[in-house]
Parts: sequence; C-alpha cells; structure tokens
Amino acid sequence: MTQAGGSDPITPSITPASSITSTTRTPPTWGGVPDALHAEWTKLRTLASTWWLLAAAIALTVAVSAAVAAAFQCSGGPAACAPAVTGGDPAKISLTGVDLGQVIVALLAVLAIGGEYSTGMIRLTLAATPRRLTMLAAKTITVAGWALVAGLVAVAGSLLAGRLILPGRGLSAANGYVVPSLANGPDLRAFGGAVLYLALIALLALGVTTAVRDSGVAIGLVLGLLYLFPLAAAVIPDQDLSRHLQQIAPMSAGLDVQATVGVSSLPLTPWQGLGVVALWAVGALLLGALVLRLRDA
Amino acid sequence: MTVMAPYRSPLGAGRDGFAQLLHAEWTKFRTVRGWAIGMIVAVLLMVAFGLLTAGGTNSSCQEVGSSGPARHGAACGPSFTLGPAGEPVTDSFYFVRQPMAGDGTITVRVTSLTGLLPPTSTAGLSPNGPWDTRPGVQEWAKAGIIIKSGLTAGSPYAAMMVAAGHGVRMQWNYTGDTAGLPGAAGPANPRWLRLTRSGDVLTGYDSADRTHWTQVGTVTLSGLPRVVQSGLFVASPGYTQGGQHFCIGLCFPGGGGPTQATAVFDHVSGSGAVGGAWTAGYVGSPEVPGVGSYHQAAGMFTVTGQGDIAPIPAGHGGAADSALIVSEFLIGTFAGLIALGVVAAMFITAEYRRSLIRVTFAASPRRGRVLAAKAVVVAAVSFVAGVAGAAVALLTGTAITHARGYYLYPVSGATEVKVIAGTGLFAAVAAAGALAVGAIVRRGAAAVAIVIVAIAVPMFLAISRAVPLGAADWLLRVTPAAGIALQQAYPEYGQVTGYSYTPQSGYYPLPGWAGFLVLCGWTAVALGVAAYLLRRRDA
Repeated sequence: MTQAGGSDPITPSITPASSITSTTRTPPTWGGVPDALHAEWTKLRTLASTWWLLAAAIALTVAVSAAVAAAFQCSGGPAACAPAVTGGDPAKISLTGVDLGQVIVALLAVLAIGGEYSTGMIRLTLAATPRRLTMLAAKTITVAGWALVAGLVAVAGSLLAGRLILPGRGLSAANGYVVPSLANGPDLRAFGGAVLYLALIALLALGVTTAVRDSGVAIGLVLGLLYLFPLAAAVIPDQDLSRHLQQIAPMSAGLDVQATVGVSSLPLTPWQGLGVVALWAVGALLLGALVLRLRDA
Repeated sequence: MTVMAPYRSPLGAGRDGFAQLLHAEWTKFRTVRGWAIGMIVAVLLMVAFGLLTAGGTNSSCQEVGSSGPARHGAACGPSFTLGPAGEPVTDSFYFVRQPMAGDGTITVRVTSLTGLLPPTSTAGLSPNGPWDTRPGVQEWAKAGIIIKSGLTAGSPYAAMMVAAGHGVRMQWNYTGDTAGLPGAAGPANPRWLRLTRSGDVLTGYDSADRTHWTQVGTVTLSGLPRVVQSGLFVASPGYTQGGQHFCIGLCFPGGGGPTQATAVFDHVSGSGAVGGAWTAGYVGSPEVPGVGSYHQAAGMFTVTGQGDIAPIPAGHGGAADSALIVSEFLIGTFAGLIALGVVAAMFITAEYRRSLIRVTFAASPRRGRVLAAKAVVVAAVSFVAGVAGAAVALLTGTAITHARGYYLYPVSGATEVKVIAGTGLFAAVAAAGALAVGAIVRRGAAAVAIVIVAIAVPMFLAISRAVPLGAADWLLRVTPAAGIALQQAYPEYGQVTGYSYTPQSGYYPLPGWAGFLVLCGWTAVALGVAAYLLRRRDA
C-alpha cells in the first residue's frame, strides 16, 4: 500500500476501528478469505459489464458453435460420410464456439483486476484487504465461479445446438456418428472438460493481468498466448516441432479435451491437455501473486 | 458593463494546421517508452516466429534428391524434379520422338482423346494389385506435339496440345499456359496443331480445318540446343476425387489414383530437319509400370500414356511436400499485429484513462482531425514495423534455409518486395483500425480484444481446420484478416488439379489487392464511426 493513505483526513477514525478488529478477531477465519470473497463478489456483481460479458460469452459461444455445425454438409450417404472418411468429431464441432467464447471469458478476468488498476480502485481494495494474497485468492475464486457458470451455460447451449443441427448435416447416427449426449462417456468428458477449460483460461488471464497490471497489455498477452501457438503449429513444416508446440501451448493442449474421435493420435491425452492449461493458469497466478506481493500498488 | 474585446492569439495563422497536429501526436507517441517497446516487440515477434520455422526444419527433409539435378552443397536436396526456373515441376509423359536439328516445324491432327480413370471407391485400389479402372478422361489429360531441349525431366520445352476438358492449349516451361481453340477433340471435331522453331523462338498455331491457322502463342526458350527432341506426347495426371470441403482436423484422402489417356494422331508432318525413325518411351517414369504404348499404322499414331507436364504448386500436401515456402517465415505477422494492435488501441484509450484527451481536445478542438493525425502516426509507425519485421524474417529465413541446405520454393526479388511492402500495408491499415476501435470503445482491454478477434482469430479458425474449408475461405474474404492476402507469394495454376490451395500453404482466397481493400473498408468504417462518436460524445 502506498504512503498516501496516511495523510487522508478520515484515517484517524479508521485506526481505532481496525485495532479493535485485530484484537477481537485474530486470526481471521480462513485467512480472511470469506470476507474478501464477499467483497469481491459484491464488486463483480454490481458492475453492469459483468452481466453483459456473461451474456456475450454465452451468446458468442453458442452462436459460433451453431454456425460452424450448420456450415458442415455431407450428403453422400453412409459410405461417403462415414467418420473414417470425414474425420468429423460431433463433440468437437459442437464446441467450436469455445474457441471464440474464451475471448470474453478472458476479458472478464482481465477487467476483474485490470479495471481496478486503471481506476485506482486497487488501492482502496488493498486498504480494505491488506493481505494481498487473500485478496487475490478471493478474486481467483470469484472469477473462477463466474467463468464456470458462463462456461456451463455456454457449453450446454453448444451441446444442444450440436444435437439439433449435426444429425441433419450428415453427422447422424445412421452414418455412424455419436450424436452428442452427456450419457456418453467421452462426450461427458469433452463437454465437462470444455467448462473447466474456460475456467482455467479465466485464471490464466487473471494471473497475467495481476502481473502486468494493465488491461490492454494483459488481454493482448493472453490472447496472443492462446492463438499464436496454434497458428504457428499449423504452419511449421517440421512435424516434431509442431507437435511439441501443440503440447505446450495452452489452447492447443487444452482443446484436446474436446476430442472424441482420433483421441489416440492427439499430441496429449485429453486430461493431460487440460493439465497443461492448469499448469499455465497456476504459473500465471503464482507470477501474479509474486508481483502483487513485491510491488507497490 | 464593459464590452471585452475577444481574445486573439498572438500566434500567426496556420499554427493549428494538420502538420502541427501530426507533430504533436508524433511527439506523444515517441516519448512514451511503452509504445516504443511495443513496436520493438512487434518486430521481434515477427522475426522470432520466422526463425522458429526456418530453424526448426529437421524431419521434413528425409529423402535425398533422386530425379532432380544435383544440388551442390545441399545436405538434403529436393526429391522432386526442378524446372528451368528452379521451381518444382512434374515432368513425366509418354513421348514418341525424333531429333530435330536447327529450325523446323511439326504439324499433326488429333482426332481422339479418351482415357481410363480409377474406380470411384478406394476399396479396390492397392498399389501393387490389379489396377481397377473405369472409362473416362481426366480433365487435364493432354495430347499433342512438343519440342523439348532434351530427355532430362525438368528440361525446357514448348508444346501445343489438346486438353480433354480445356480445349487447345499452348504450354511451355511448365508454368506457361495459353488457351487456343475451345472444345474437346473428337472424330467429328478434329484439331490441327502446329509448332515452329526458329532459333530460340517457338510459335504454336491451331486450326480446325488445316487451312485457317491461328497463332496461339510464341515463346522464347533461351539456350535451346541446336538438336532438340520433337514429336508426339500423351500425359494424364492423377485423379483426385471430390474436394476436401468436409475435411476437419483429421483428414483422410478421398478416392483417387493414377489415370491414363489414349490419343489418336494422323497427318503427322514435319519440315526442316525432322527425319529418321520414331523412338518411344517415357520422360520421367510412369506412376503405374507398364502403362504407355504407341502403335503406328497407315500414318495413324495411337499413343497411350500417363503423367503430367506441369508446375507443382507451393506448399504442403503436394508432390513437393518437403519444400519450405516463404509464407512460413511470415507467420509471425499475426504476433506482430497483436503487439501493434495493443499499442495502436492504447494510443487513444490511454488518453481517456489519464484524461489527457481533454487537454488534447482543448489544444485542438477539431476532434476529427485529432483522430486523423493519430491514425497517420500509428499507421506510419506500423508500416515501418511491418516492413522491418517482414524483411528481417524473410531474409534471415531464406538465408538460414539455404545455409542448412534445405529447399525453398523460389521467389523473385520483385515478389519479395511485394510481400514485404504488403506486410507493411497490412500492419499500417490494421493499426489504424485498432486506433479507431480504441476511440469507439474507449477502454484498452475491450479494444484490444475486438482487434484480435477481428484479425487474428479468423486466421486461426481458417488455418487450424476448426471450421470447414468453405467457411474458412469466407472468413478470409470478409473479415479484416483478408489483408493477409497481400502476403501470397506463389501463383495458383489453373492447369494443375488435385491440389487444394489452402491458407496453410500460403494461398488465400482473395487476390492481394482485393484482400487489402476489404481490410481498408473495415478500417474506413471504424474510423468513420470513431470520428462521429468523438464529435457526439463528451470527452
């Protein structure tokens, strides 16, 4: 915290109050996280942009999934449209919207802390919650919760779109495809994994923003990290290098969890892929925590 | 009450001109360290991704050159034939020939071109088993007369031919292709072809009736030896079934395979030094051993062959799969654009955040001109960054590739300049658009997210096969990412089939100028909306 608060005219009235708190409620339960959580949730809940972004994340994901599903058309009958011929993966096609919906999820996570830095609100937040890691933990939980809800609705909508659209586009049970359904093990993993993926992307974005403390730079970094590696991997002629890139890049690895066809030929197993994203998210949060601890706000 | 004289600035007129505004904005730009760093990062990212491609080529090079000319100092030469200009070509056809010494002419009538295609299902097709076929002729099966400098695959030539689905053509040195008389050749619709050599100049003529001749084309093959090979040829390229429009992620090849064609020639005549017996055989080698024959009776030649005389388009999936292409060195363009987009958007959103925008508008109340000055500054700086990044990435990538002995699809110096300047233009206009988005939404994070979604995400979706190929083409036609077409370095060949020109291989659905216009349109709209909102809203 900066020293500027010392000259604040209301400081004298705060000092006795905080000393009372510290004598009557030490140590705070769970390191003060529940209180901080309540504060963070109130801040997030009362911003109009939170709900706009929630609606946008859901709408964009479902719309893109539906549009991509509708863009497929195979009308050649079972012989020409068999899974072995087209390589079509109904679950993955239904989840294409996640490729784009993650932008909004990342944006919300970036604004959750970047917005505080750009308005100077962060100083107030840290005055109220001087334990910075407590504040970060509370933000992490709040943002993850928001992303899980957004992801759950968005992915459920995508699943529904896939179920409704794909069978009419040649990816039907009659042609040998598995119509996306949560009763099917790999599909459950694909759709559940997509929800977790979105939450992990939100945490990655939160960590990066905490480290760089500027919303514009942070969203550029996060989206660059997500989209540039798959672009490079698609173009690099060296198959080994391309495969390594796909193993370490958060988006390529993370989206492995969506595959239900040709899983054995993926650079990573689905859960390993999600694990790579989790490592990125944890790494970014640790970096953010370190910067938060060491630097002035 | 006293009447006050209105304030008049002691400064002379003209001090609030656009040049002063530009100077002010340039001063703001260059004195913020973060923006200079952002520009340097953009250039470094473009170069780094290029080096990743050029430096990371190991396993793509496995076969050592076989049929191509020896390449000295090459650790790993191309396994494909190289044409006269050093580009990969297919040169495999059945050739019924005689030597021709000095100048001369060869004339022939083609009365029929028929053929065999592979079966519609791949089930019965095996490389060594019986070659199951059905009647039909590949659209670019070709039969005609050719004058070729020698029998080495890849050597210079000029030919007059009938293509099954494309009428009479004159083709030369693999990439050249000019149309003559339209329509298929048949007994009721014969085609007369004539090819004349005069020094290094070869001229092709066609006729439907032997009396009215039309010149189809004339080419100069410099360095043609005195004695050349001339005669009849038949070629029929491999057949690829359907497109890959349904192909997603994992792609399995559709039906396809080798084809063959049979042509009937008569009225074969030559002037000049043509003489001696006919010799028949393949230039190159056939896909299926044993296909290829010639039968002569009563002045009628029946020739059967397969193969193709054509360029191999750049990129992967074709016969020259292991060759590198320059667009691989430029994949960092999008990384650079993200960095430039962040800087360009924040060039205005940071003013809103710090309320500097009020000072700016107080100093220069004409808001539209402020926006224009900012756009010019950002575009100019981005142009320089784009040119620098592309030039360094392209030139170092090329140098490394050559130093390591890998084969790079050749590009002319003019093409290099076009691609480098094109990258600069792409960066400049995209950055101006990013600035406009920043002025519209006034928040750095939202502006950067919009810019990335508009430019980098369409390219990602198109190139990662997340969407069907048809939809991918549309993404690169209508979104600002269309500007990437300025980087296309290699031509598409209409006379080559069975090859899909994809963004992975550096081919884009729009011509360069059209893609650039699409990008300019988006930027113009964004700037227009930004100018309108700047005037309407409080700062």
